[in-house]
Amino acid sequence: MGLATFKGGIHTYEGKELSENKPVQVLQPKGEMVFPLSQHIGAPAKPLVAAGDQVLVGQKIGEAGGFISACVISSVSGTVKTIEPRMVANGSMVTSIIVENDGKYQEIKGFGKERDPKALSKEEIRDIVKEAGIVGLGGAGFPTHVKLTPKDETKIDTIIVNGAECEPYLTSDYRMMLEEPEGIVKGLNIILQLFDNAKGVIGIEDNKPEAIRLMTELVKDEPRITVCPLKTKYPQGGERSLIYAVTGRKINSSMLPADAGCIVDNVDTVISIYNAVAKTTPLIRRIVTVTGDAIANPQNYNVRTGTNYAELLEASGGFKTEPEKVISGGPMMGQALFNMNIPVTKTSSALTCMSKDEVAINAPTACIRCGRCVNVCPSHVIPQMMMQAAVRSDIDTFVKLDGMECCECGCCAYACPAKLPLTQAFKEMRKTVIASRKKA
Amino acid sequence: MSKLLNVSSSPHVRDQVTSQNLMLDVAIAMIPATAYGVYQFGVKAALVLLVSILSCVLSEYVFETLMGKPVTVSDGSALVTGMILGLNMPPAIPLWMPFLGGVFAVIVVKQLYGGLGQNFMNPALAARCFLLISFAGPMTTFTYNDAVVSPTPLAAFKAGQSVDVAAMFIGRIPGTIGEVSVIALLVGAAYLIARKVISIRIPAAYLITFSLFVFIFGQHDLMYVLTHLCGGGIIFGAFFMATDYVTRPVTPKGQIYFGILLGVLTGLFRLFGGSAEGVSYAIIISNILVPLIEKISLPKAFGKEGK
Ligand code: SF4
Ligand code: SF4
Repeated sequence: MGLATFKGGIHTYEGKELSENKPVQVLQPKGEMVFPLSQHIGAPAKPLVAAGDQVLVGQKIGEAGGFISACVISSVSGTVKTIEPRMVANGSMVTSIIVENDGKYQEIKGFGKERDPKALSKEEIRDIVKEAGIVGLGGAGFPTHVKLTPKDETKIDTIIVNGAECEPYLTSDYRMMLEEPEGIVKGLNIILQLFDNAKGVIGIEDNKPEAIRLMTELVKDEPRITVCPLKTKYPQGGERSLIYAVTGRKINSSMLPADAGCIVDNVDTVISIYNAVAKTTPLIRRIVTVTGDAIANPQNYNVRTGTNYAELLEASGGFKTEPEKVISGGPMMGQALFNMNIPVTKTSSALTCMSKDEVAINAPTACIRCGRCVNVCPSHVIPQMMMQAAVRSDIDTFVKLDGMECCECGCCAYACPAKLPLTQAFKEMRKTVIASRKKA
Repeated sequence: MSKLLNVSSSPHVRDQVTSQNLMLDVAIAMIPATAYGVYQFGVKAALVLLVSILSCVLSEYVFETLMGKPVTVSDGSALVTGMILGLNMPPAIPLWMPFLGGVFAVIVVKQLYGGLGQNFMNPALAARCFLLISFAGPMTTFTYNDAVVSPTPLAAFKAGQSVDVAAMFIGRIPGTIGEVSVIALLVGAAYLIARKVISIRIPAAYLITFSLFVFIFGQHDLMYVLTHLCGGGIIFGAFFMATDYVTRPVTPKGQIYFGILLGVLTGLFRLFGGSAEGVSYAIIISNILVPLIEKISLPKAFGKEGK
């Protein structure tokens, strides 16, 4: 009781014990590297290299294609083979720069140089973050420099570091809190340098007592930073739930965290900011949890972006049982893959391999109006009614029921005893509505 | 990989609770009341229950088979309907009546409206009201201690006689098979709430409103209120019938409104109407108003409360 949280949500099987005690291992890639030009929200990046060009580690190979866009950085040295569409985790084909890795990892000039963040101006910091290709690594992939450039920076009073990691099975943020806690505090201090009126809060679910203890210890002499233990509940790390838990402020789908005076960044994003600003190391790696009951040896890896997923699988000893479902990300919000020949991108948090597909086992039956979907919905809408509208493709009613406030968290579909694909239907409806709004 | 991977949109995991589990929990929660009813009224009560349940389950099976629909008997909802119907019958009723009630509940009230989740009235209660209207005599003839025909305590109370509230609480009174023992019903209700099968909203709003109503418009006396709460199946109705998923509002606020409406209607029927009971009719009427209640009780989405 008394822990910060929100109303609604679910308690799932967490599955974190599979990998939470596995220290992060560095995994060097073997095969060709694939750098999709769109691994973020916003306009795709524009390629800066052509087939045949030599590239170095840390070299910018894709330029942000607009304000809301992000640069793409090569994580290896080698030769650009070609630029062609490749499949990414969500199944779509995205124009990608393919680099033949020469295995030498030659770095671009100045790479890794130490810098004192305090000597940098706000503008310089924002610029470094942008040039480093940093986006929200929690999964959404929103360009971080855009987040750090709100309309009115004096109105920002809370910088929240999202260490909730509420998605089942994922342990990458947890490992980073244990292994690089200083990076988090230093990264947060860099962000605080941009916002004079802000304090920093590190939100961590209480199923990670070790991380809470360590971070609390580390910030005890930081006047502007506190640790906020959160109740363990999915989707505690969802932006809206987290802001509410930490500040008591509510934002809806048409508001930005900045409208509530907040900026939210995931743990690994904050570390990436620290690396970029203080160590001149752009975003060329991320932490990926390889897990699930079908995996022989669940692990957390420090992987260069562009590495093939199949290499992660191989490093983890492959499958110990035949998987039925392989997910990029966690089971609540991840993307099911039908093919493992896809690259690790900035937003790849995990490879979760399940020997059983609970969706296929549970055939949908009639809605019994039990109201469980209503009880768990963190957006406080009525999924049961939205589903009726969705089945009839009744867009007007769907919108009137505030269907656009759905954050696609999946709680309703998880909780539904009739096993109805509620979230799935809402995603389709929301897509349709957004598309029709764009046209209008 | 030799096998094709399954691809579907997230979430990829499901809670273990199924509709069938929930229905079985409701059935389990009625076991104390059922057991007490059989203990008190004997074999004929057991037969009434058996006929109700078989009639409901068979009606569902036969109807769905004849219509070429998938047979959904295993979801347990027909079983629950049968139990509620049986528990709403006087123990000495001729057995063809629960049979007819079951057929009416499942085929007319549930299946003809499209099956599970589509009916707008509680099938068991609609069947009970149908039987009450058609065969008022046997449906309101209550016996106690074998053969002696006696009025229910609430009817006696209404007629001005004094009643034994403790006996009502335990269930040593005439009445329908399942409504008599308040304590057995409360045990089942506690189970439903502890298992989160039902929320407390409807029963609480119902019973509180009803208590206030009879206190204000009846006698300003707590014993009077207590007698009303222990008689006439209001406990059974509040926890097991008004909470029926399909026929109560799905909106949280709507459930409170629904409970208040039930409390007022039951109070009106009991204090100013002809019958001593009123619970069944109150629920059926409120069932019909559910779409309206839902419309006026839609919640404000998260972050849109002020708008
Ligand atoms: S959880 Fe499923 S069965 Fe229950 S009301 Fe919602 S949609 Fe209907
Ligand atoms: S998926 Fe949407 S409707 Fe379902 S619980 Fe999450 S926010 Fe609510």
